[in-house]
Amino acid sequence: MSTVKVTAPPERREAPGSERARRRANGGRYWRWLPVAPATALMLLFLAGPIGYCAYLAFTDMQLTGQATSSFVGLENFRRAFQDSDFLNAVVLTLVFTLLSSIVGQNTLGLLLAGLMQRASKAVRSVTGAVVICAWVVPEIVAGFLLYTFFHKEGTLNSILDWLHLPSQNWLYTLPILAVSFANIWRGTAFSMLIYSAALSEIPTEVSESAQVDGANGIKRIWYITLPMIRRSIGTNLMLNTLQTLSVFGLIWAMTRGGPGNRSTTLPVFMYDQAFNKALIGYGTAVALLLLVVGALFSLVYLRLMREEV
Amino acid sequence: MSSAVRAGTGARPSDRSGRRPVLRPGRRLSRRGRQRLAADAGLLVLAAAFVVPLLWLVFASLNAEANLKVRPPTDPTLDNFSAVLTDEITFTPMWNSLLICGGATLLTVLCASLAAYPLSRFRSRFSRPYLLTILFSTCLPITAVMVPVYALFVQINLVDTMHGTAFFLATSQLPFAVWLMKNFMDGVPVVLEEAAWTDGANWWQSLLRVIVPLMGPGMTVVTIYSFIMMWGNFFVPFMLLLSPEKLPAAVSIFTFFGNYGAVAFGELAAFSMLYSAPVLVLYILISRRLGGGFTLGGGVKG
Repeated sequence: MSTVKVTAPPERREAPGSERARRRANGGRYWRWLPVAPATALMLLFLAGPIGYCAYLAFTDMQLTGQATSSFVGLENFRRAFQDSDFLNAVVLTLVFTLLSSIVGQNTLGLLLAGLMQRASKAVRSVTGAVVICAWVVPEIVAGFLLYTFFHKEGTLNSILDWLHLPSQNWLYTLPILAVSFANIWRGTAFSMLIYSAALSEIPTEVSESAQVDGANGIKRIWYITLPMIRRSIGTNLMLNTLQTLSVFGLIWAMTRGGPGNRSTTLPVFMYDQAFNKALIGYGTAVALLLLVVGALFSLVYLRLMREEV
Repeated sequence: MSSAVRAGTGARPSDRSGRRPVLRPGRRLSRRGRQRLAADAGLLVLAAAFVVPLLWLVFASLNAEANLKVRPPTDPTLDNFSAVLTDEITFTPMWNSLLICGGATLLTVLCASLAAYPLSRFRSRFSRPYLLTILFSTCLPITAVMVPVYALFVQINLVDTMHGTAFFLATSQLPFAVWLMKNFMDGVPVVLEEAAWTDGANWWQSLLRVIVPLMGPGMTVVTIYSFIMMWGNFFVPFMLLLSPEKLPAAVSIFTFFGNYGAVAFGELAAFSMLYSAPVLVLYILISRRLGGGFTLGGGVKG
């Protein structure tokens, strides 16, 4: 390592011997990129392929009922979607579901849990962490059934309400979208909790303490010190939660199947229903494309947040 | 932690017996104590809210007459489990799950580690756009592409095949696996590899003999994480598999809501326990690993 000439430009740290060894070890300039090929091929075939196919299908009238050819119909599917009251209903429900469960629910509850865990005793902290994470690790479909029994007319929630002498409700019938939103909060909060726990533990205690010495009370410390210091984590977490929530299907399917009627039909359920139950693949795909575009926009925002890390 | 430090300075310096200095119960300390009590109480309330549905699962699986309410079984029995543990109900779907998810996980980890190596080690003007694309596709809602994937699979005769499903599952997990693996590989010092190159190893040897052993913890995390995600995935096999004998546990669970009217909730709970157990165990394994094991400092001397 000590063969670097004095005249070498200072930014060149590697010894020439090591550089030669590296080149020999790595084969040619292009061959060394060969290992990327299998992953790239898979992603082109099964990810980029379907996305491209999605963009094509959305402009056709393809159906599942075995008609021989499908023809190009232009923007017909989209025009139809925006005049379809069921589609608009699904858009509104998706917005409610996302706002309620991801942005308000998981995010706030996750931050609250992480904040409390910092102050709590070790035993309580680990018990709570285990329970919340358990709800997250349990497979989606099992979580769906668990919350189905919880919100069912004869289920646990109503028996708790009875015990407290509060009026019970047929939750899955009167407010299905609220029930599935709570289900998603139950299932997804652990992720926010983990992100925020990591973020909060990185705040140096000196900062918060010096604010305390300067006379800032608890709320002021949270607002002016804690939140600004974890703002990057908040951004990341909001993006990932929203993207995750946009594609929730199994949970809703297990709990309500989008019903009763279409009162918990979010976009993924609507898409599935149109494409398979109503056999309109072209129309279902147009809805899928819209969902994909929304997802892509969120992903771009996320990329901007993560820009420094690539 | 800081409370102990601050309280410690309040103790008299002459307090130098073998024991730790006795904390003076000042106002600030008791406020800390109150805060801790309040935080504990708040957490316990939240934990109780989270644990109720999980309790239903445990209680109902042990109760022969389980219904929709959480109720400790008066007469705990394992009848539900023995009723469920048959070829048709449990073993075939679990085996299918294992084949599909295991195969897909192997494929994902293999492709991801191969791809991560050049991405982590070499510079090229393509690597940054490539990584950005990968990161972009980790976020795309996979649910949205399932309808076109189904249409595509019909065209190329992959619908209702387990390998087709495994290929798609592997690909859907691949962007994140590549991203994770690349970051883990960045943590393995290049110096170690350069030593191997100087000794005459080619890139393949240095990957196999130097990187893979050092990447052990990272690869374990990627493997287990991918497996957990695939094991729990419902929508992909739900769309791509049709024959009952090929269905994995994630989809076959719907047979409990079969055409026979009444739902056997006890058996549903028992099956759910069996189906969830592997991922819970695997998660515990990596959460331990995540705690330690990521220090590669021992590999590099001076």
